[in-house]
Amino acid sequence: MSELEAAFADEPALIPYVVAGDPGIEETKEYVRALVRGGADVIELGLPFSEPIADGPTIQNAIQRALSGGMTPDDYLELVSGLDVDVPVVCMTYYNLIYQYGGREAQRASERSSGGTPRDEEGVEAFVSAAADAGVSGLIVPDLPVEESGPLRLACDEYGLDLVFIIAPTTTDRRKRRITEQASGFVYVQARMGTTGAQADVSGDTHDSLARLAESDLPKAVGFGVSAGEHAREIVSAGADGVVVGSALVDIVASGENVAERLESKAAELKSGAREGEQEIPEPERTSN
Amino acid sequence: MSDTNDMNGASGMNETKFGEYGGQYVPEVLMPAIEELQSAYERYVLENEDGFMDEFRRHLRDFGGRPTPLQRADALSERYDREVYLKREDLLHGGAHKLNNALGQVLLAKYMGKERIVAETGAGQHGTATAMAASYLDIDCEVFMGRTDINRQRPNVFRMRTHDAEVNPVDVGSGTLKEAINETMRDWATNVEDTHYVIGSVVGPHPFPKMVRDFQSVISEEAREQIRKKAGRLPDSVVACAGGGSNTMGAFHNFVDDAEPRSANRSSGHGPRDDESVSLFAVEAGGSGLTIDEDEGVAPHSASLSSGQDGVLHGARTKLLQSGDGQILESHSVSAGLDYSGVGPELAHLVETGRVTPVNVGDDAALEAFHRLSKLEGIIPALESSHAVAYLERAAQRAADGSSGHDQRDEADELGDLVIVNVSGRGDKDLDTVIEESAKRGIDAAPSMEVFE
Repeated sequence: MSELEAAFADEPALIPYVVAGDPGIEETKEYVRALVRGGADVIELGLPFSEPIADGPTIQNAIQRALSGGMTPDDYLELVSGLDVDVPVVCMTYYNLIYQYGGREAQRASERSSGGTPRDEEGVEAFVSAAADAGVSGLIVPDLPVEESGPLRLACDEYGLDLVFIIAPTTTDRRKRRITEQASGFVYVQARMGTTGAQADVSGDTHDSLARLAESDLPKAVGFGVSAGEHAREIVSAGADGVVVGSALVDIVASGENVAERLESKAAELKSGAREGEQEIPEPERTSN
Repeated sequence: MSDTNDMNGASGMNETKFGEYGGQYVPEVLMPAIEELQSAYERYVLENEDGFMDEFRRHLRDFGGRPTPLQRADALSERYDREVYLKREDLLHGGAHKLNNALGQVLLAKYMGKERIVAETGAGQHGTATAMAASYLDIDCEVFMGRTDINRQRPNVFRMRTHDAEVNPVDVGSGTLKEAINETMRDWATNVEDTHYVIGSVVGPHPFPKMVRDFQSVISEEAREQIRKKAGRLPDSVVACAGGGSNTMGAFHNFVDDAEPRSANRSSGHGPRDDESVSLFAVEAGGSGLTIDEDEGVAPHSASLSSGQDGVLHGARTKLLQSGDGQILESHSVSAGLDYSGVGPELAHLVETGRVTPVNVGDDAALEAFHRLSKLEGIIPALESSHAVAYLERAAQRAADGSSGHDQRDEADELGDLVIVNVSGRGDKDLDTVIEESAKRGIDAAPSMEVFE
């Protein structure tokens, strides 16, 4: 069982998301510690990319703040390796940063040797290798559907990282099978259509998606629009093994006021909601999980 | 687990890539819609199911005004001592080639049973074409446009609204085309079940690059027949401007097979001319120079084919203007329609294999060409198209300048004796920019403004 899977083993997992470098590296370290104190079981740490097409305005703005602060992939990996928390870190980013990692160097080396452009796997392998060294446990790449994931899947296998895939409300059963075959760590259930962003209620799509994934052995974490303990309760009682919470936390970061303290108490609220949700699951189902 | 090859042929679909370029790099929530679109593209566009292509061609003719003329440019032919023909896409309804694609995709959305279309626009030409097609074919239309572009393209915003399209400002980032595409993709991801995204160029995930190319290929289909009638043979070269590359691929597509690919090693110079071959020149916006400022995240040009690095943006692997870390740079061109950090994956592939030659023309030369074509031929070209026109001048100057070395001599000769230049659009939309920029840069060819003083 991988570190990520193990994080779901005892009780429903809380997976908070913040953007690395928003607003700075030291702040991010402090916020991650606060989230872990509040009950986080996995940290999803965003590596900011300039074109975040899967993210709503809250996280877009956070990414802009982080990029304006000078956040780079190398800074990110250094940040992760300097984290003194004992929960796994999963890196959420877009494919071009992985594809391009070490790109200029790889290209120069390749031009010297063969006069061509580098093979596409070179940047991918360089990134995964460096991420593994830094202590990253898994990757979530929202613009990389399973069809294009071959090189990254291979590199993750080689370096022992999990590759988390998203199941959307639109995902057909045929695609669902293909995705769960390739996924590891956990399955990220996208709770609603569209992009990330805090919402006031839990979408009915969530229940359908969880029901469709019931036979999968991988833990199922629900994200997109989750912002309150009440949502966490409802999602877990519907059969999820964990909740991913992003924009609600990023809003706290953006406010700049008592951030660490408020992140900790928000995480505690979400975690306790998730625990309550677990109590509501009928007994036979709970034991079968 | 390791066998991923069979997945590329999802549902028996055709190849999603052009060599190494292209593919389908989109969020999972969009993949079912992409698969649905692939299927619709194959059935309706490739196989003419339910007479789709017949209806499309009827609309192009009756509503769009096709075929557009291929006109011999007498003054330019004399000036450059070669036969210069202009493919007049500026005469298509709406004033640009954009309608070819917009009509095709809006019609396809209707065949697919979609109730709503969304589109991005930069300068507003694609948004305008889409709004016209949506009015004509009666479907709801929303257009996403960066705030910066809205402010500098007010007439086009008004045109879209006149056609009853909703124009949604995008305030994130620099507020230009790149952000507009991001936001349209987000809308599509939210409303994918009843909405089709009418993408405006040969970019995005498969099947968009092929489909948009197919809708635009009517340009080279007509041009090929027209040049045979008028000149009795195929052209030596076709010159088109390239931003995203839809007019480029439209103008090139039916000539791509008229040559053996040259060596992929572009530094080796040009081999002897093959009399049967048609050279293809993609003219990119050189802006104010081909350098980049990584600290500011800015490239003062839009020449992704000439100077970009491979990467993944907006659904496809292609050549991109990006930092060493892979962050996308803000591009620049005096021509809003060329101002984009990426380029269509098929063009990237054709450049990589040596079939298409990427060249570039800066802001000043494009402005001069704008004035030259207006004066000599009575045609006001779009600033985008002015880049293609400007390349004739540059090639001629280099040919005349014997001291500049024989590489450049070859470049001029390679245009050959019979050239087609694609005039992708008319320049009325650019008059404000041209007045301002010509004065700022002291462009000699610009008309005097003293009548206003």
